[in-house]
Amino acid sequence: MLYPLIETTHVLTLCLFLGMIAMLDLRLLGVAMRGVPVSQVAGRLLPWAQAGFALMVISGVLLFYSGPVRASQNIFFQVKMVMLVLAGVNAFVFHRGIYRKVAAWDEDSVTPVRAKVAGSCSLLLWAGVVVAGRMQAYNWFD
Amino acid sequence: MSLLPFFEWCEATAIGEAIRSSLWLFPVIECVHLLALALIGGAVLIVDLRLLGLGLRRQSVAQIARDAQPWLVGSLATMLATGILLFLSESIKCYYSPPFWCKMSFLLVAASFALTVRRKVTAADESRVGPLWGKLVGLVSLGLWFGVGFSGRWIAFY
Repeated sequence: MLYPLIETTHVLTLCLFLGMIAMLDLRLLGVAMRGVPVSQVAGRLLPWAQAGFALMVISGVLLFYSGPVRASQNIFFQVKMVMLVLAGVNAFVFHRGIYRKVAAWDEDSVTPVRAKVAGSCSLLLWAGVVVAGRMQAYNWFD
Repeated sequence: MSLLPFFEWCEATAIGEAIRSSLWLFPVIECVHLLALALIGGAVLIVDLRLLGLGLRRQSVAQIARDAQPWLVGSLATMLATGILLFLSESIKCYYSPPFWCKMSFLLVAASFALTVRRKVTAADESRVGPLWGKLVGLVSLGLWFGVGFSGRWIAFY
């Protein structure tokens, strides 16, 4: 009963975490919410994404400890962890870089190239994390 | 009248057969289903959070709902398409799975609610709807979609 509940939490928190991240990324790409300033999308949605991320990490760590050896030897798990780190680096570079000058492009529907790159990398990396995470259930290469 | 013959027919379709006999088709379709789940989560949440007075607040409910609409429709269509494919590959298992029937019931109510009450309220002038009704609609919407997702995950367990 406990394992399914934790796993369901892990999956459904995806809506909160990745849903909010995806909306920000789509705004960075200039394809969604073009009439809403970027700083408002980031400022109002990222706290929800952070709460979602905390839940994902807690439930994820619990799931991991139900079978740590098996999980860490799984190639999909390893790929997932690498992409997770890369997604973190991408977010760091974005916030320390082009987002510092957001005032200059806040209301633009056509966003700077560096913002578009950050949004695309984020979408691709997080999609990779989800796919690798799901594939972890299949031990094709064990 | 039992629906079992229909479910048996679904399971016997060429598509269901192809997905069952492939090693990677089911996982791949499942991954697309999951990615669309994240997107539909975002599209539903930005509007429902706005109705609740959380999330984006400076824009009108109508504007956020308009912005979210194409992503909601696109992700819902993707979920339905991939969901039907997954269903065809294991229809008989679904027939005997209580969470499957629970999910379909929630889905029917959630989709009807989104297309009727929620659409009316999000499109309406906020001064006419009143904040309490907006909050109620946001809460009901979140609860219904949560029911769809929660029971959906449990199809794998029962």
